[in-house]
Amino acid sequence: MDFVSILKIAWRALARNKMRSILTMLGIIIGVGAVIAMVGLGQGAQQQVQQQIASMGTNLIFVGAGSMNRGGMHIGWGATKTLVYGDAVAITRECPSVAAAAPIDMTQKQIVFSGDNWYTTINGTEPQYFDVRSWPLAEGAPFSQADVESAANVAVIGETVRKNLFGAVDPLGQTIRIAQLPFKVVGVLVQKGQSAAMGNDQDDNIYIPITTLQKKINGNTWLRMIMVSAKTKEDSYAAQQQITSLLRDRHRIRAGTDDDFFVRNLADVAEVADQAGAVMTMLLASIAGVSLIVGGIGIMNIMLVSVTERTREIGIRMAIGATEEDVQSQFLIEAVVLSCMGGAIGILFGIGSALILTNVLNWRVSISIAAIVTAVVFSMAIGIFFGFYPARKAARLDPIEALRYE
Amino acid sequence: MATTVQTDAADLKANSSDAVIRVEEVHKYYDLGEQKVHALRGVSVSISRGEFVAIMGASGSGKSTFMNILGCLDKPTQGHYILDGTDVSELTKRDLAAIRNRRIGFVFQGFNLLSRTTALENVELPTMYSRVNRQERERRAKDSLELVGLGNRLDHFPSQLSGGQQQRVAIARALVNQPSILLADEPTGNLDSRTSVEIMQIFQELNDKGLTIVLVTHEHDIAQYAKRNIIFRDGKIRRDELVQNRPVASEMLKTLPTLED
Repeated sequence: MDFVSILKIAWRALARNKMRSILTMLGIIIGVGAVIAMVGLGQGAQQQVQQQIASMGTNLIFVGAGSMNRGGMHIGWGATKTLVYGDAVAITRECPSVAAAAPIDMTQKQIVFSGDNWYTTINGTEPQYFDVRSWPLAEGAPFSQADVESAANVAVIGETVRKNLFGAVDPLGQTIRIAQLPFKVVGVLVQKGQSAAMGNDQDDNIYIPITTLQKKINGNTWLRMIMVSAKTKEDSYAAQQQITSLLRDRHRIRAGTDDDFFVRNLADVAEVADQAGAVMTMLLASIAGVSLIVGGIGIMNIMLVSVTERTREIGIRMAIGATEEDVQSQFLIEAVVLSCMGGAIGILFGIGSALILTNVLNWRVSISIAAIVTAVVFSMAIGIFFGFYPARKAARLDPIEALRYE
Repeated sequence: MATTVQTDAADLKANSSDAVIRVEEVHKYYDLGEQKVHALRGVSVSISRGEFVAIMGASGSGKSTFMNILGCLDKPTQGHYILDGTDVSELTKRDLAAIRNRRIGFVFQGFNLLSRTTALENVELPTMYSRVNRQERERRAKDSLELVGLGNRLDHFPSQLSGGQQQRVAIARALVNQPSILLADEPTGNLDSRTSVEIMQIFQELNDKGLTIVLVTHEHDIAQYAKRNIIFRDGKIRRDELVQNRPVASEMLKTLPTLED
């Protein structure tokens, strides 16, 4: 029999029992929908992380004090006191792939402005920091090198600090108190949002000259971190190597001994985050995929019932000339129509749920064509796989017995 | 040893080369676990083109088994069945299906129509399995239905048709691929007496046009409408005789009371 006729017959047979067909499809609909939504969530999260990492600045290399465990975990960050200001200067001067390096130290303090206070991170650094981070200012200007040399009490604040401390008031020129010391606000940074690499709110920070921080507030002489920007993205790995060998040299670390610092390339961080994201997406999809299997079992169950119910009909068809292949294809196609329709509706259902999640929970969702195509192929495969046994059973019926069936 | 009794007329037919059906020493065994049932014990018979044969016998006489073999729904355990010159005992399931589709037409006691399809589509069904295109299919089906007098009921569902009409649809379906033989298993079993005669009228008309018909019945009256009766007993043919004083259905109908009476 030609395909179109078989398709029509299959459609009729399914339409005969609309409720039953819909209920059977439900398993597939939910299964496919869940997979699409989960993959959408996973990929959306991945994209979000990538964007956040990109927002941190390009060609970024972190040089941190303390050793680092393999795998990117910052264990012992800040544990050593061997990273010094001279290192930052040396990096800028002696590493050809480096564009700029900014020394960083930090502490956490309460800051006060006219009755309001806010507990935040005070970072000490130099003006080139804002270039290294590719971080423009929304208002005012960064403090200058002269401010650094004179340990001036000036501050550049992040958007979150501004919102919580100043509200509608313009912060420029205002005086805030940090550790009881008065500071003048000279600049407000553009909003950058959450940092996926560091796991904190980038806008919840204040930047003051490093000299001011270390001489007047925390009394340290060593650095927590040096943030370096490579000349180009391609240079970043070379820069990483140059910095490592330079610091090992400066810190007189013998061959075979671990570094007392770590050098982290932002590109690596992005890579790790991406892989983690991919694993999570796969995990979510697999769990959702289990429900697809259950849906397939539902199809097999219903098809078996259908075959038994239509034993007489199968006998008649065989008596008037249907071959085993004819009968088998008829039932197989019925199963495939069920699963494909369920798949199509499931895709719509999945996209719909994903959109709802985006709006209600503010989670980013990304639906890819690849996911949809995979879902379609999978639905078809489920239909064929789970429909095969019932179809075979139908084809193997003995016509004489079948005709006698009540 | 077979002890079939044959009349001279039957002998003549056995030698005729115009045999549509030739059954030679056919045996059929069924394996029912511990027991083996010998359903057919050496049946040999010949049926020529244009004959109208009624097969009779009690339950267990082997007539149903014989019909199943004639209809290529089953294969003989021993012996040969030659249909239209082809020895079907050696054929594959696929080939048998093709023969059932094109060379044989079936009519059943319970009509066996597909309930949620129209009369026209029911009649079309065999053509769907024989790769006929859409227009040809419809044409053949319509012609077939015309032949049995149901040209105006194409779109009716079986539930909307009377028993007699349903059986006519079944006959139309059996004829749609222009088969060599028409096999009917108790075709009047579910019909009242008048409708039964109407159906026999159709059979007689078809036979007059040259169609070979073999039907199974347990009713002696119905068997009389055929031209030749073959009686089975205990797996063998006991009697094979021509019908004397054969009634003509169309005449009978004039004398029978209608349903309203």
